[in-house]
Amino acid sequence: MSSAPQWKNPVIRWVDERLPVFTYIDHEYNQFPVPKNLNYFWNFGALAMIVLVTMVVTGIVLAMQYTPHVDYAFGSVERIMRDVNYGWLIRYIHMNGGSMFFIIVYIHIFRGLYYGSYKSPRELLWMLGVVILLLMMATAFLGYVLPWGQMSFWGATVITNLFSALPIIGEPIVTWLWGGFAVDNATLNRFFSLHYLMPFVLFAVVGLHVVALHVTGSNNPTGIEIKGPQDSVPFNPYFTAKDSVGLGVFLIFFAYFVFFAPNFFGEVDNYIEANPMQTPPHIVPEWYFLPFYAMLRAITFDVFFIPAKLLGVMVMGASIMILFIVPWLDTSKVRSARYRPVYKWLFWVLVIDCFVLGYVGAKPPEGVLVLMGQLGTAYYFLHFLVIMPIVGKLETPLPLPASISEAVSGGSANSSPSGMEKP
Amino acid sequence: MVNEIEGVGMSEATQSPESTEDDVDRRDFLVLATAAVGAVGAASFVWPLVDSMNPSAEVLALSKIEVDLGPIEEGQSITVVWQGKPVFIRRRTKVEISAAVKDDGADLRQKEKDADRTQKPEWLVMIGICTHLGCIPLGQKAVETKGEYGGWFCPCHGSHYDTSGRIRKGPAPLNLEVPKYKFLDDKSIRIG
Repeated sequence: MSSAPQWKNPVIRWVDERLPVFTYIDHEYNQFPVPKNLNYFWNFGALAMIVLVTMVVTGIVLAMQYTPHVDYAFGSVERIMRDVNYGWLIRYIHMNGGSMFFIIVYIHIFRGLYYGSYKSPRELLWMLGVVILLLMMATAFLGYVLPWGQMSFWGATVITNLFSALPIIGEPIVTWLWGGFAVDNATLNRFFSLHYLMPFVLFAVVGLHVVALHVTGSNNPTGIEIKGPQDSVPFNPYFTAKDSVGLGVFLIFFAYFVFFAPNFFGEVDNYIEANPMQTPPHIVPEWYFLPFYAMLRAITFDVFFIPAKLLGVMVMGASIMILFIVPWLDTSKVRSARYRPVYKWLFWVLVIDCFVLGYVGAKPPEGVLVLMGQLGTAYYFLHFLVIMPIVGKLETPLPLPASISEAVSGGSANSSPSGMEKP
Repeated sequence: MVNEIEGVGMSEATQSPESTEDDVDRRDFLVLATAAVGAVGAASFVWPLVDSMNPSAEVLALSKIEVDLGPIEEGQSITVVWQGKPVFIRRRTKVEISAAVKDDGADLRQKEKDADRTQKPEWLVMIGICTHLGCIPLGQKAVETKGEYGGWFCPCHGSHYDTSGRIRKGPAPLNLEVPKYKFLDDKSIRIG
């Protein structure tokens, strides 16, 4: 199945003997064995890759027209929208592409959580994914500052001020990040530089993520490993085809927003030029940060000697850092929630909790919303720190099928259907 | 001298492939010394890069401003810019001053007497940046909400400041900062 191909074209053969790129591509993207039962949730990795490339390509072109200076940045973006040929299209693709990237990656992450894709031997693959999420957040935050609207400016102010919560070194770090005593031209310049740099760092980590994936192979909806050739199909044409269908649907979704609702995900206030003397009445981050923002704001009380502000920052940081140890928090012997009658529902409660937090993060911190944010935050951590370890131990999983093949086509597998699968 | 030592070392090495104790010690020393010099060199190259991101000379130069207080009526506030930051200057009413003094003994998050936050009770001068995450609190204009304590209210995350600019409720850890300033005469100050 994975025999080295014989290249007929002499040029390809000449190159391949010296640098086996063609053999590599053939091996990893043509013959690569993939579980034959992957559902459409397995499209989202490939979709994320396509969006990353789209973002880089549109970003490079936008950078040719953009001016990173406090006096000109806002104007240069408006110039892109009005005067530059197809500038409106390129900017709207880039702007909505950011939202698409997060939609795809969040689905990708929840897919992993539901089917237990983080479990041995895929722990490092999962952790690299969390690094990718962190890099994406940094890149998105830096990029959002560049148009120099009110939300750009005040978002940058609020987020960089998170570091001032650190004792002693906090203030010097913030001044260092700003290159001044407030978010100003120096800040805008370095954010532009770093926003251009980050996607390439992202590419490198995505590369490692893909290499790690090709070592362990894909997980699948049953959470059982491939046992033999009857359980898998070659990546090409089966999943290149399936990914193409998903890509077509996704592009329609993407295009709808680009052409018919380009500012749906944005904030109106960002079409007002940044004014350092006036905070907008209600600062909200972009939608993909809302659950984390809600957790930051949920901490309105001091705990012992830790002030509320520092604690809020710690809680927000922990909400992502906790994902790194998920492979060890989940004690269940079964990967896929499909065979976990209790955890299956608790997974959906977590999903709902994230939406609740997102809603709270979008609203002003008043009245019952403060309590909702606090309960939502408590439940988020409860899920990972208590529910995951305990339910994994107490729950009786459903019997696993003997093989992927048996699960899919009702048992042509030659192995005996003897209950529990060792994950 | 150096050549001589190397020469000896090399001839020894060619004679017997196994190194002596002495040789190993010397090699370890050379490796460590090289690494140490390399690390110091790298660090001294990194520092200029890191420090270049700190505020530059022209940013630091904008450090003092003078403000004329003449036109400000009792109960009015103005906002001036100092080092790129808003500075709130409020000519407080008698009611506000007495409320602030009365709360000196209240359960304050950061204990400060009103008298320690002003040079003349009538004039409150402070940096108009919420100590939580750097938004500009509302309360400077007559139409804006002043929060539950009649001072300032930060709309971002709901911090309430009293008529002395002290944090009373919400996530902010500290009172609004009072910058260094000096009365030049009865009706003007210099900030910075």
